[in-house]
Amino acid sequence: MNTALLADLEVAQHINYWVYIVLMMIGLYAMVSKNNLIKKLIGMSIFQTAIILFYVSIGVKKDASIPILDHHIVHEYHHPKDGSTPVPPKIEPDDYANPLPHVLMLTAIVVGVSTLGVALSITQRIYAEYDSLEEDEIIVKVKDYGGHHG
Amino acid sequence: MKFLGLIAVLITGGLMLLASNDFPDWADSESPANNKADLSQKYVTDTLELTEVPNMVTAVLADYRGFDTMFETVVIFVAGIAIIAVLRPVNHDYSLPQPDDEDPDLIVLMTCRLLIPVIQLFALYVVAHGHHSPGGGFQGGVMLGASFILYALAYGLPKALVRLSEKRAITLAVIGILIYAGFGLATQFLGRNFLDYGVLYKIMPGVETEAWARSHSMLGVEIGVAFTVTAIMFAIYANLSTRGRLDRGL
Repeated sequence: MNTALLADLEVAQHINYWVYIVLMMIGLYAMVSKNNLIKKLIGMSIFQTAIILFYVSIGVKKDASIPILDHHIVHEYHHPKDGSTPVPPKIEPDDYANPLPHVLMLTAIVVGVSTLGVALSITQRIYAEYDSLEEDEIIVKVKDYGGHHG
Repeated sequence: MKFLGLIAVLITGGLMLLASNDFPDWADSESPANNKADLSQKYVTDTLELTEVPNMVTAVLADYRGFDTMFETVVIFVAGIAIIAVLRPVNHDYSLPQPDDEDPDLIVLMTCRLLIPVIQLFALYVVAHGHHSPGGGFQGGVMLGASFILYALAYGLPKALVRLSEKRAITLAVIGILIYAGFGLATQFLGRNFLDYGVLYKIMPGVETEAWARSHSMLGVEIGVAFTVTAIMFAIYANLSTRGRLDRGL
């Protein structure tokens, strides 16, 4: 790989994507290569967290505040100084971070928690049934049991 | 096997990193997600006028995308039911070693006695203040459920089950979903679309404009979500820590 290709990669402007892709790949490696079931579940959790952070980082704007309007803007809207009719305030969209990725990722966090809970309960049943949490031992026992197990 | 997994992960990661070169820059205001999509700009500028809620994230979550949030609440509820269904012993009892009984520790008891009411009060504040500060139904519900889990950790699970038994927890979760769906049905009976909160100003006492009706309906809906999340968080903990039998705690 020549250095011109490396320089083209623009790591500094895309640093958030690089960090979260590395995190995603750590989670993916844990899901694929680890033998213990609990370690696989932790890999799944890391993968989900990396995707959530990836999406939230897309909505960041330079020098922007959090997506909550300041208290004095609301106060001025409800109690206008001189006039009698309240005028809706003029809000600049570039002053506030994009709220849409935050909202979508709230749903993703909740779904991730639910999935982890159900996966842990299934893992407990597997342990009660086969007395092991290592994937290779469970595969051997499943093949041994075959069709004559209740 | 591990080596093959490593090769696959490295190839995938490398391809994704090469593809990320074409993505918009970090913190770019002109990126397609931030600028060209008129929708997110409208969410920022029009939320205070149309819904009287300063927190744009809560407004989008509970009002503009309220249908999605309702089914998200149903997802949590189904996860709690699924955990109970998977773990509950039906025919035979498993022969697993039982944890030994211990007396509750004095320091843990005294500390939790001080902490639990404060946590619950703060959780209710987070639910109620979702309009003006980061918060809302999910965040407050998780904290309220965590306070019950702390009670179970300190005093033992049987004592916590006296206060929030499984029947009460599932009933609370169902009431939360029915509150949310009830708001939607109320708007349908008044003639508009499902979950179109604006029309509820006709039946709410003391509310004149549609914007204030939307703000108060958002609070009602978030309370329903908090009920469901609290109950299911505690039910998940109780079932996972006792392998479905709900007899002894950790």
